Formats: sequence, C-alpha cells, structure tokens
Amino acid sequence: MGFFFYVIAALTLAGGLTAVLLKNTVHCALSLTVAFAGLALLFLRLDAQFVGFAQILVYIGAVAILVVFAILLTRSSETPKDGVFSSTWLAGLAIAAAVFAVLGWAVLQSASTLPNESAAPTVTVEQIGQALMGRYVLPLEIVALLLTAALIGAVIIAMHENEEVK
Amino acid sequence: MTPLAGYLLVAALLFAIGLAGALTRRNAILVLIGIELMLNSANLNFIAFWRYGPHPEALTGMMFAVFSIAVAAAEAAVGLGLVISIHRRAKTIDLDLMNRMKG
Repeated sequence: MGFFFYVIAALTLAGGLTAVLLKNTVHCALSLTVAFAGLALLFLRLDAQFVGFAQILVYIGAVAILVVFAILLTRSSETPKDGVFSSTWLAGLAIAAAVFAVLGWAVLQSASTLPNESAAPTVTVEQIGQALMGRYVLPLEIVALLLTAALIGAVIIAMHENEEVK
Repeated sequence: MTPLAGYLLVAALLFAIGLAGALTRRNAILVLIGIELMLNSANLNFIAFWRYGPHPEALTGMMFAVFSIAVAAAEAAVGLGLVISIHRRAKTIDLDLMNRMKG
C-alpha cells in the first residue's frame, strides 16, 4: 500500500465519479478515459503488465473512442432541459449505496483471512501465449466466435434499414 | 488494511459508482458507461486475487481478466450499435421517454 496506490486509486475513483455525474456527455466520456487509465495503472502496480497494456489498448484505444463516436452520432452532448438524472434516481442511488455497503462489509470482515503478500509473480508474455494456446484454447476459440458474432451483429443493428419504418 | 483489501475496496467503490450511474442517468450512452465501469471493477478484483492468491503461476485470474476484457469490448460494440439504432427510430436516447415496446 504505497503512496502511489492512493494516488492512482483516487485518480480512478475521481474519473469514475465524474463520468457518471457530469452534465455534458462528452466530458463524461473523457472522464471515463481517465478512469480506464487509472485502472490500467492499478493493473501495472499489481504486476499484471499484459492485462494493463491490453486495458490501455482495448478500453482507451477502442471503447472510449466508440463511446465518443456514439455520442457524436446521436447528438446527445447538449444537456436536456429537465435534468440528466432519471425520475427514479433516488431508488438507484439507494441500491448502489446498499451494494457498496454489502461489498465493503464483506471485504473488511474477511480481510484478515485473505492470502499474504507473496513475492511478485514474474509472468512473461510467452507464458501467457502458451497458456492461451494450451490450457485455455477452447475459451480462446469461443471468444473469437463471440467477437465475430458481435462484429456482424453490431454492423447489422446499426445498418440503415428500409425506409418504410420511418 | 492489507493490500488486497485496499484493491478490493477500490473495486467495490468503482462498482457502486458504475451501478449508480447505470441506474440514475437518463442518457442511454451514460448507462453503458456505467456498465463498462462495473465490468472494469470486476477485472480489478480478478487481477488483485490473482496477484495475492496462492498460485499466481497458474494464470487463472489473469486469463479470466483477458477474456472479460474481450467480452466487454463485444458488449460495448453491440450496445452502442443498439443505441444508434434506437436513436434513428425514436429520435431520442432519453430512457425516460422510451416507454413503448413496439417501435
């Protein structure tokens, strides 16, 4: 638990908080990018270099850009007149607070029995590749199938339909 | 507080923030942003347990996080495609105004 952990955690949480609180949707997308970057730094601090860089590539490089594209395509960046929060925001906030209370209580209750700080595991990309091609080859194939299906599905869903639906 | 508990608390807080965003915002894209935050906090849990767990050389938590990132990317693509399709039909992505089942 170094000083840097607190700095990165504060950065990540601030990014997440502003991403759901700001009024302008474009600002929300930019705060989301900050939260993703903070999470990538947390992964790097946990000695998971591969996942950290995959997070940067996939989330900051692809998902954040996709979100910005969707915001611009739907012209939703201007603030609506009657507020940005839904009519049932109080119930949503209560549910989220209850979920955090349960999770935090569980973490703090069980912290003493959780494993120790072992030495930092050294994982090379070669080991990850061996694992992906060996023990995890079936999930890898399924993910490939899923990504193909999602690619085709996203294109078909967002494609222009016949004019008669208008 | 052990390091693992610190990471788990950060993940729990980020999950709650994402859940609050998904449940309280009216804009459909902001709801998707909240869901992305929730998926990411779950990834942080996987990596923290992998790092402080008993067998890090088995790579289980890391592999789960990698696959979870791939699934989340697919989810984001399809979800944003749905939002664009809804915007084309209903001319809005305000979830409070989407109260009809048919077109």
